[in-house]
Amino acid sequence: MFYRETGQYRTDYASDQQILNLPQDKWAMALLLAVAFLVVPLLINDYWANAILLPFLIYSMAALGLNILTGYCGQVSLGTGGFMAVGAYAAYKLMTAFPGLDLTIVVLFAGFVTAAVGTVFGLPSLRIKGFYLAVATLAAQFFLVWLFNKVPWFFNYSATGMISAPARTAFGLEVSGPQAPIWAKYLFCLTLVTVFALIAKNITRGRIGRMWMAIRDMDIAAELIGVRPLWSKLSAFAVSSFYVGMAGAMLFAVWLGAVEPTEAFGITVSFNVLFMVIIGGLGSILGSFLGAGFLVLLPILLKSVLVGGLAMTVATAKHVELVLLGSLIILFLIAEPHGLNRLWQITKEKLRLWPFPY
Amino acid sequence: MMMKKIATGLGAVALTAGLLAGTALAAELTVPSLVYRTGPYAPNGIPFANGYADYFNLLNARDGGIEGSKVNLVECETAYNTQQGVECYENTKGQGTGALMYQPLSTGITYQLIPKASVDKIPVFSMGYGRTSAANGKIFEWVFNFPATYWDQASVFVKYIGEKEGGMENLKGKKIALVYHNSAYGKEPIRTLEKLSEKHGFSLQLLPVDHPGQEQKSTWLQIRRERPDWTLMWGWGVMNQVAIKEAASIGYPMDHFIGVWWSGSENDVLPAGDAANGYLSGTFHGSGTDFPVHADIMKHVYDAGSGAGDKDRIGEVLYNRGLIAAAWQAEAIRTGMKMHSTDSPTAAQVRDGFENLNVDEARLKELGLEGFTIPITITCANHGGPGKVFLQQWDAGAKKWNKVTDFYDADREVVDALIAEDSGAYAKENNLTPRDCG
Repeated sequence: MFYRETGQYRTDYASDQQILNLPQDKWAMALLLAVAFLVVPLLINDYWANAILLPFLIYSMAALGLNILTGYCGQVSLGTGGFMAVGAYAAYKLMTAFPGLDLTIVVLFAGFVTAAVGTVFGLPSLRIKGFYLAVATLAAQFFLVWLFNKVPWFFNYSATGMISAPARTAFGLEVSGPQAPIWAKYLFCLTLVTVFALIAKNITRGRIGRMWMAIRDMDIAAELIGVRPLWSKLSAFAVSSFYVGMAGAMLFAVWLGAVEPTEAFGITVSFNVLFMVIIGGLGSILGSFLGAGFLVLLPILLKSVLVGGLAMTVATAKHVELVLLGSLIILFLIAEPHGLNRLWQITKEKLRLWPFPY
Repeated sequence: MMMKKIATGLGAVALTAGLLAGTALAAELTVPSLVYRTGPYAPNGIPFANGYADYFNLLNARDGGIEGSKVNLVECETAYNTQQGVECYENTKGQGTGALMYQPLSTGITYQLIPKASVDKIPVFSMGYGRTSAANGKIFEWVFNFPATYWDQASVFVKYIGEKEGGMENLKGKKIALVYHNSAYGKEPIRTLEKLSEKHGFSLQLLPVDHPGQEQKSTWLQIRRERPDWTLMWGWGVMNQVAIKEAASIGYPMDHFIGVWWSGSENDVLPAGDAANGYLSGTFHGSGTDFPVHADIMKHVYDAGSGAGDKDRIGEVLYNRGLIAAAWQAEAIRTGMKMHSTDSPTAAQVRDGFENLNVDEARLKELGLEGFTIPITITCANHGGPGKVFLQQWDAGAKKWNKVTDFYDADREVVDALIAEDSGAYAKENNLTPRDCG
């Protein structure tokens, strides 16, 4: 690493079990969080928030959710878009039915509603595995989007079937609606994502996470050592959907403010989140962030370089961008089939030995 | 743990900051153009974007801009996708001296921008699309959707059908189907048509087609089974071509099939060949190149080698629509500049220009657009314009659109009530008090 680990001993179990057990790591993390929480809100502008940071945070949350299900428990899901829609519509119904409700509560409840729906759609996973399960969750995707298009109660009988977020507050700060200050929106999402990333990290390190991983690696063996497949699979579906639902609620209420189900939560969203998880690294929390960063930030970066830097016409730039993005995904996966997270780990290993590798 | 992310982020910051600084120039009129030259809606997005760009280029080349200030047209590709539209909006709104207006050309993006642009104080000109109730200027101060709305158009189609059936009373018991893009855009006319079906006693059949609309076999199977007397279509992009081909393949009479003005361009009918002959669509402007402005575009833009598209595609329906959109916008900017006697107007001044826009026959003639469209007068209360629509019919032999009716007035009784209802609901939802328009 950039620093020496030699001589830093862990002398009791508590220090050995810490997520970050090197002081340097702790400091780096603290610095990162301090910048994210204290410096960025001062510098942020509309473009940075709406085009880059909010989508990054929200998709990170969705990727975390899917990573729990697919990465840790091994259940492939193509229903992420549909579950995000459940979160968004639950948030909308709660926001309009209880105008005084704090948006934090709204987002959490939207998560719980999605968890319930996710559990129901997780039931087939007890019998169906692998590709077949993917197809079953695909059905959930189409069914849910169809439902939100079809039943007017979900969009409060609005003429166009669009839902739009009214202005609501969290801890006294306005965080939804067009008037909300942009730093408040950012801090709201950042707080939720940080807290729930920490929770996810701890769940996956603990008994429940190990149960999921046992099921993922070999379900029959897991059953033999006493892991209950029913409980583990359904809990994975529930927790995963909880995260995905919160992401959907934030996407609708905080970021976009108005959505229609077919476009905002279509099958492309499901695929995108799945790609984030695969590119970032299955079964890793950091990977969810890296994957979301890759797929949210890279297109924007390419676009600025191609249109602004190389002065291409926008249409050509778009085509080139698609080609480049595709090639980069393939390139990264060839270089490291286990995703960006693994790449980062290898880099760390190499740096640890540098400059005298053996 | 998030080192990599930060590094990528920083790179992007540096880049965008550099880009934004590079494009900042004084005394320019920054007009962003949200285009979609890629994706399933590109066949319709390209000609519109070309007409739009060519008109502003013409103003720059022929007149040296608007009232002496050059227009800086900033294109941004949205692929008709809302999230990319938001990125484009945020990216372009601060360019140069600030964006003067937006023409999103997408109902989804318009819905996104209505609240945002109202806070940022930038006018949105959703020409004949977007949120219909934005026609109520008392509530939607920053949004303009003249010359006519979807609801105007739906009522005009019903009028036309009534005329063809020999009187509105003959509509009783008739079956009308609506094939629509399953999105906010496609759902816009439903409420109006439902009201009209109550009023006139026809039955309405709703047939949604999901994005992007390449698969419509089941929809047209239903039409084949139910045999509606008339079919209306609210489609966009590839959906249009597919629908017209499918209609042809089940032998549906084309002269009983009417598309919204976004479903009535050359790109939509040409793939179906001769079978599309007689297909109808609504519109509010002429097609073809028989207007002086086209000759000017040829001379000043294409002959100078700065045309946005192919020379032989000038004058297509959607090209002309982009052109008239640009023309009205340019007039709005001009009006705003004259009102405030400035050569670098702000977005708020351009909004004033929109609100006092008056493009009458005489002005159209000066612009080289005589007989191209209807005269427009916008007021504080009415942002929806005259609400008049005419129908055009495709002649597959000559490969051109012919105007087959005069301008119809919309059924104001039904449409105005709906606008009042919907805009009132929006005001209530967002705690807005209607402006006093005197």
